[in-house]
Amino acid sequence: MQVRAVNISKRYASLAALDDVSLDVQSGELVALLGPSGSGKTTLLRTIAGLEHADAGTVYFDDRDASESRIQDRGVGFVFQHYALFKHMRVMDNIAFGLRARRKDKPNEAETKRRVLELLDLVQLSGLEKRFPSQLSGGQRQRVALARALAIEPSVLLLDEPFGALDARVRKDLRRWLRELHERTGHTTLFVTHDQEEALELADRVVVMNKGKIEQSATPDEIYDTPATPFVFSFIGESSVIPVQIGNGKATLDERLLDLEIGALPDGPAQLYLRPEDVAMVTDGGPGIPGLVVSTRRIGGMRRVTIECGLARHRIEFDAPAEVPINNSQRLSVRVNGGRVYGAGAEGYETERLASSETSDIKWARAEGWLDR
Amino acid sequence: MSETLAAKQKKSVRLAIGEGPGTKLALIIVALTFLGLMLIAPLLVVFVEAFGRGLQVYLDALALPDTAAALQLTLLVAAIAVPLNLVFGIAAAWLIAKFDFKGKSFLLTLIDLPFAVSPVVSGLIFVLLFGANSALGPILDGYGIKVLFAVPGIVIATIFITFPFIARELIPLMQQQGSSEEEAAVSLGASGWRTFFQVTLPNVKWGLLYGVLLCNARAMGEFGAVSVVSGHIRGVTNTLPLHIEILYNDNKAAAAFAVASLLAALALITLAVKTVLEARFAGSLAAQRRH
Repeated sequence: MQVRAVNISKRYASLAALDDVSLDVQSGELVALLGPSGSGKTTLLRTIAGLEHADAGTVYFDDRDASESRIQDRGVGFVFQHYALFKHMRVMDNIAFGLRARRKDKPNEAETKRRVLELLDLVQLSGLEKRFPSQLSGGQRQRVALARALAIEPSVLLLDEPFGALDARVRKDLRRWLRELHERTGHTTLFVTHDQEEALELADRVVVMNKGKIEQSATPDEIYDTPATPFVFSFIGESSVIPVQIGNGKATLDERLLDLEIGALPDGPAQLYLRPEDVAMVTDGGPGIPGLVVSTRRIGGMRRVTIECGLARHRIEFDAPAEVPINNSQRLSVRVNGGRVYGAGAEGYETERLASSETSDIKWARAEGWLDR
Repeated sequence: MSETLAAKQKKSVRLAIGEGPGTKLALIIVALTFLGLMLIAPLLVVFVEAFGRGLQVYLDALALPDTAAALQLTLLVAAIAVPLNLVFGIAAAWLIAKFDFKGKSFLLTLIDLPFAVSPVVSGLIFVLLFGANSALGPILDGYGIKVLFAVPGIVIATIFITFPFIARELIPLMQQQGSSEEEAAVSLGASGWRTFFQVTLPNVKWGLLYGVLLCNARAMGEFGAVSVVSGHIRGVTNTLPLHIEILYNDNKAAAAFAVASLLAALALITLAVKTVLEARFAGSLAAQRRH
């Protein structure tokens, strides 16, 4: 089942929760809605489910206008962050609820029971059908909730922060398990998360939302490698930002020329966004941007180093091998090997990958008085 | 060495969170004295006075035709008022807890009005509303409907007084539970009624029962408002509390206490059931919180 949300708008009092948002989900696709809280991702999901009514816009299931059908008839499997299991019912009755509520094609009790046990097997909870929700762990409860949603043979599966209330290890296990389940059952699935790692690992396609708008909709690789907007760049992964000035096709920092390719960006102020892996320490005495180490911390096998550079003490983070000794207040130079420049135009940012810095900024460094010491 | 250390720690912990033994004893004595004088002694007096002159006198007092009529009327009033307030309370709580609308806090305040107004004033409101000099009274009279100094007036006054009990009990409970279970139910295809009876109602059943008990106790025990609207017609518009007052004023203390013991027994039963429910109720609330 293909799901299309077309020009959806929704306001809460003065706040625009969704601002003319359109989204296509292909049949069988696993899509993540990713964004900070208040970005409208949950509102969009609930609007597609029929739990919220949009002020404007239409939701289509295939070519059928879903807005015309009641939520009961949409055939949407919805999974809530806090499970929303029926507390007073056993696991068995929770999962059977949707089948028993049917008017058409209502299966008899034996058939219902058979299907419930089948679903319990699918979510790997066989033998727990007599338990009450309060007797299950968080991960088990969420799997019951999923089985309950799958019981109605939904045309779409919608999950609202499905792993948000679980601890980190359970979350990782369930994530992998959900991916496998999706590959097996092939449901068109849309899930909401604020956890970028979850979105990038699990989804075929990630839709990044901010302030009621979609910033970018792309594969996890594209989202990470070619973020469409500064927001996406800084929301996904680690990033450092340095304000630069564009003029005559060159980028300058503190009126010093940076040897960077900036493509067709218009003149004016721009932002240089860097990932830690776009920056490397200069160890061969070659050219680079000089800076002062302000903090170091250990991250796995690497050491994350923060330096301040330039007159305004812009911070740049990069990773250095753990065995290289780096201390606070130490002076060193870094070389920029990648990153992205975003122009100031609000109507869409032109971006260009930077060439690796072959030539140096050594004059600049001398002028700053770093290298002579 | 380690033992003395442990003992020291134990001592310092006790000092940190508790009072000295003297203070403790004094506080306990004050609390028990107060409880005994203000709560237990009066309750005992009711039963001592009621049975003081023997079981036969007690049974005779209860067998008076006026007493039987009062008991009947009280049961009738409660049987009408409690179910009506049950329906109203559930509807109001459902509305307030599960939906957002303008004037919600005003409605909440309005529900509390009967708690805030003196019962005598509540009774007077209905005298003014349905009395002979009011706009409504003569019209209803024209149709042969008598409200004041009759059963309908007593029922209306009782409904007004017991209005908030069930709604007040349910609103915080429903608000705490939110509406995601209901949303899950409708997304699974359940109709509104099915959702209500299979999801919403079971989740609040203990709180609801508790509210009904309190509502019932008050409906049977209400004095002030009912006294104003009933007209004190013996054997016709006297409820149990009014009947007790009349017996007492007639110097029939033994009979008065005998009837009073009925109401006191009702209170004790209500409290007992409430305690049992609270144990259940607290358990299910805790389960929900864990959930």
